[in-house]
Amino acid sequence: MIDIVLKITLVLLAIAMLGLTYRLVKGPTTPDRVIALDAMGVNLVSIAAILSILLNTSNFLDIILLIGILAFIGTVAFAKFLEKGEIIEYDRDQ
Amino acid sequence: MTVISDMFIVFLLLAGAFFSLIAAFGVIRFPDVYTRNHAASKSATLGVMCILLATFLYFLVEDGFFNSRLLLGIAFFFITAPVAGHLISRAAYNSGVKMWDKSVRDDLKDKK
Repeated sequence: MIDIVLKITLVLLAIAMLGLTYRLVKGPTTPDRVIALDAMGVNLVSIAAILSILLNTSNFLDIILLIGILAFIGTVAFAKFLEKGEIIEYDRDQ
Repeated sequence: MTVISDMFIVFLLLAGAFFSLIAAFGVIRFPDVYTRNHAASKSATLGVMCILLATFLYFLVEDGFFNSRLLLGIAFFFITAPVAGHLISRAAYNSGVKMWDKSVRDDLKDKK
Protein backbone atom coordinates (compact mmCIF):
# COMPACT_ATOMS: atom_id res chain seq x y z
CA MET A 1 0.00 0.00 0.00
CA ILE A 2 2.82 2.38 0.85
CA ASP A 3 4.37 2.09 -2.63
CA ILE A 4 1.26 3.36 -4.40
CA VAL A 5 0.85 6.20 -1.92
CA LEU A 6 4.50 7.17 -2.35
CA LYS A 7 4.07 7.40 -6.11
CA ILE A 8 0.87 9.46 -5.73
CA THR A 9 2.72 11.77 -3.36
CA LEU A 10 5.57 12.20 -5.84
CA VAL A 11 3.11 13.15 -8.57
CA LEU A 12 1.40 15.70 -6.30
CA LEU A 13 4.75 17.23 -5.37
CA ALA A 14 5.72 17.41 -9.05
CA ILE A 15 2.50 19.31 -9.78
CA ALA A 16 3.35 21.67 -6.92
CA MET A 17 6.83 22.21 -8.40
CA LEU A 18 5.26 23.04 -11.78
CA GLY A 19 3.01 25.62 -10.15
CA LEU A 20 5.95 27.22 -8.38
CA THR A 21 7.88 27.24 -11.66
CA TYR A 22 5.02 29.19 -13.21
CA ARG A 23 5.35 31.84 -10.49
CA LEU A 24 9.14 31.80 -10.88
CA VAL A 25 8.89 32.56 -14.59
CA LYS A 26 5.98 35.00 -14.52
CA GLY A 27 6.28 36.68 -11.10
CA PRO A 28 6.16 40.45 -11.57
CA THR A 29 8.70 41.40 -8.89
CA THR A 30 11.96 39.93 -7.63
CA PRO A 31 10.65 38.94 -4.15
CA ASP A 32 8.00 36.81 -5.88
CA ARG A 33 10.73 34.85 -7.58
CA VAL A 34 12.71 34.48 -4.37
CA ILE A 35 9.62 33.17 -2.56
CA ALA A 36 8.98 30.69 -5.36
CA LEU A 37 12.60 29.47 -5.24
CA ASP A 38 12.45 29.06 -1.45
CA ALA A 39 9.25 27.00 -1.70
CA MET A 40 10.85 24.94 -4.48
CA GLY A 41 13.76 24.14 -2.16
CA VAL A 42 11.31 23.00 0.51
CA ASN A 43 9.49 20.81 -2.03
CA LEU A 44 12.83 19.36 -3.13
CA VAL A 45 13.45 18.28 0.48
CA SER A 46 10.09 16.48 0.47
CA ILE A 47 10.96 14.74 -2.80
CA ALA A 48 14.32 13.61 -1.40
CA ALA A 49 12.63 12.19 1.69
CA ILE A 50 10.05 10.29 -0.37
CA LEU A 51 12.75 8.94 -2.70
CA SER A 52 14.71 7.68 0.28
CA ILE A 53 11.64 5.72 1.42
CA LEU A 54 11.01 4.46 -2.11
CA LEU A 55 14.58 3.24 -2.58
CA ASN A 56 14.65 1.98 1.04
CA THR A 57 17.95 3.62 1.85
CA SER A 58 18.91 6.04 4.59
CA ASN A 59 21.87 7.53 2.76
CA PHE A 60 19.91 10.45 1.35
CA LEU A 61 19.01 11.89 4.72
CA ASP A 62 22.05 14.11 4.89
CA ILE A 63 20.93 15.66 1.62
CA ILE A 64 17.72 16.77 3.33
CA LEU A 65 19.56 18.80 5.95
CA LEU A 66 21.94 20.13 3.31
CA ILE A 67 19.19 21.40 1.00
CA GLY A 68 17.39 22.99 3.95
CA ILE A 69 20.46 24.88 5.12
CA LEU A 70 21.39 25.99 1.60
CA ALA A 71 17.86 27.23 0.85
CA PHE A 72 17.81 29.24 4.08
CA ILE A 73 21.21 30.83 3.42
CA GLY A 74 20.26 31.68 -0.15
CA THR A 75 16.98 33.29 0.89
CA VAL A 76 18.66 35.36 3.60
CA ALA A 77 21.36 36.53 1.18
CA PHE A 78 18.75 37.53 -1.42
CA ALA A 79 16.70 39.39 1.19
CA LYS A 80 19.72 41.34 2.34
CA PHE A 81 20.72 42.13 -1.22
CA LEU A 82 17.24 43.43 -2.03
CA GLU A 83 17.10 45.53 1.11
CA LYS A 84 20.58 47.07 1.29
CA GLY A 85 22.11 46.53 -2.13
CA GLU A 86 25.04 44.52 -0.76
CA ILE A 87 25.31 41.25 1.09
CA ILE A 88 28.43 41.71 3.20
CA GLU A 89 28.99 45.26 4.41
CA TYR A 90 32.38 46.78 4.98
CA ASP A 91 31.47 50.10 6.58
CA ARG A 92 32.12 50.09 10.28
CA ASP A 93 30.24 53.24 11.28
CA GLN A 94 26.57 52.87 10.47
CA MET B 1 0.64 -3.01 14.77
CA THR B 2 2.30 -2.73 11.39
CA VAL B 3 -1.02 -2.03 9.68
CA ILE B 4 -1.81 0.78 12.10
CA SER B 5 1.61 2.37 11.70
CA ASP B 6 1.31 2.00 7.90
CA MET B 7 -2.02 3.80 7.98
CA PHE B 8 -0.49 6.58 10.05
CA ILE B 9 2.50 6.92 7.69
CA VAL B 10 0.19 7.01 4.66
CA PHE B 11 -1.95 9.66 6.30
CA LEU B 12 1.09 11.81 7.09
CA LEU B 13 2.44 11.45 3.52
CA LEU B 14 -0.86 12.41 1.92
CA ALA B 15 -1.33 15.33 4.31
CA GLY B 16 2.16 16.62 3.53
CA ALA B 17 1.66 16.39 -0.23
CA PHE B 18 -1.75 18.05 0.12
CA PHE B 19 -0.29 20.98 2.06
CA SER B 20 2.54 21.41 -0.48
CA LEU B 21 -0.01 21.45 -3.29
CA ILE B 22 -2.13 24.01 -1.41
CA ALA B 23 0.98 26.17 -0.99
CA ALA B 24 1.67 26.02 -4.73
CA PHE B 25 -1.93 26.96 -5.59
CA GLY B 26 -1.76 29.83 -3.11
CA VAL B 27 1.48 31.08 -4.69
CA ILE B 28 -0.17 30.98 -8.11
CA ARG B 29 -3.51 32.54 -7.25
CA PHE B 30 -2.96 35.17 -4.56
CA PRO B 31 -2.83 38.78 -5.76
CA ASP B 32 0.33 40.35 -4.27
CA VAL B 33 3.69 39.36 -2.88
CA TYR B 34 2.73 39.49 0.81
CA THR B 35 -0.24 37.13 0.51
CA ARG B 36 1.86 34.80 -1.64
CA ASN B 37 4.55 34.80 1.03
CA HIS B 38 1.90 34.04 3.64
CA ALA B 39 0.73 31.01 1.64
CA ALA B 40 4.19 29.71 0.78
CA SER B 41 5.92 30.03 4.14
CA LYS B 42 3.13 28.50 6.25
CA SER B 43 1.75 25.67 4.13
CA ALA B 44 5.05 24.53 2.64
CA THR B 45 6.60 24.34 6.12
CA LEU B 46 3.77 22.24 7.50
CA GLY B 47 3.86 19.98 4.42
CA VAL B 48 7.57 19.29 4.61
CA MET B 49 7.34 18.67 8.36
CA CYS B 50 4.57 16.09 7.83
CA ILE B 51 6.58 14.31 5.13
CA LEU B 52 9.79 14.27 7.20
CA LEU B 53 7.84 12.90 10.19
CA ALA B 54 6.42 10.16 7.96
CA THR B 55 9.94 9.29 6.78
CA PHE B 56 11.18 9.17 10.36
CA LEU B 57 8.32 6.86 11.40
CA TYR B 58 8.87 4.64 8.35
CA PHE B 59 12.53 4.03 9.16
CA LEU B 60 11.71 3.59 12.85
CA VAL B 61 9.01 0.96 12.20
CA GLU B 62 10.43 -0.94 9.22
CA ASP B 63 14.13 -1.02 10.08
CA GLY B 64 14.15 -0.19 13.78
CA PHE B 65 16.47 2.67 12.93
CA PHE B 66 16.19 5.83 15.03
CA ASN B 67 17.29 8.56 12.69
CA SER B 68 18.15 11.74 14.54
CA ARG B 69 19.01 13.65 11.35
CA LEU B 70 15.35 13.73 10.36
CA LEU B 71 14.32 15.10 13.75
CA LEU B 72 17.04 17.72 13.40
CA GLY B 73 15.72 18.55 9.93
CA ILE B 74 12.17 18.98 11.27
CA ALA B 75 13.40 21.31 14.01
CA PHE B 76 15.52 23.26 11.52
CA PHE B 77 12.63 23.80 9.11
CA PHE B 78 10.34 24.78 11.97
CA ILE B 79 12.82 27.45 13.06
CA THR B 80 14.15 28.82 9.77
CA ALA B 81 11.20 28.87 7.35
CA PRO B 82 9.24 31.63 9.18
CA VAL B 83 12.45 33.65 9.59
CA ALA B 84 13.14 33.43 5.85
CA GLY B 85 9.54 34.44 5.10
CA HIS B 86 9.80 37.43 7.40
CA LEU B 87 13.10 38.57 5.90
CA ILE B 88 11.94 38.36 2.30
CA SER B 89 8.66 40.10 3.10
CA ARG B 90 10.46 42.95 4.86
CA ALA B 91 12.89 43.25 1.97
CA ALA B 92 9.94 43.44 -0.43
CA TYR B 93 8.32 46.21 1.63
CA ASN B 94 11.52 48.23 1.94
CA SER B 95 12.33 47.92 -1.75
CA GLY B 96 8.96 49.43 -2.58
CA VAL B 97 6.75 46.58 -3.75
CA LYS B 98 3.13 47.75 -3.83
CA MET B 99 0.42 46.02 -1.82
CA TRP B 100 -2.80 44.79 -3.41
CA ASP B 101 -5.26 47.54 -4.48
CA LYS B 102 -7.96 46.36 -2.11
CA SER B 103 -5.85 46.18 1.02
CA VAL B 104 -7.10 48.75 3.48
CA ARG B 105 -4.50 49.02 6.19
CA ASP B 106 -0.76 49.65 6.25
CA ASP B 107 0.57 50.12 9.77
CA LEU B 108 4.18 50.25 8.68
CA LYS B 109 3.68 53.34 6.48
CA ASP B 110 3.87 55.88 9.32
CA LYS B 111 6.90 54.37 10.99
CA LYS B 112 9.41 55.88 8.58
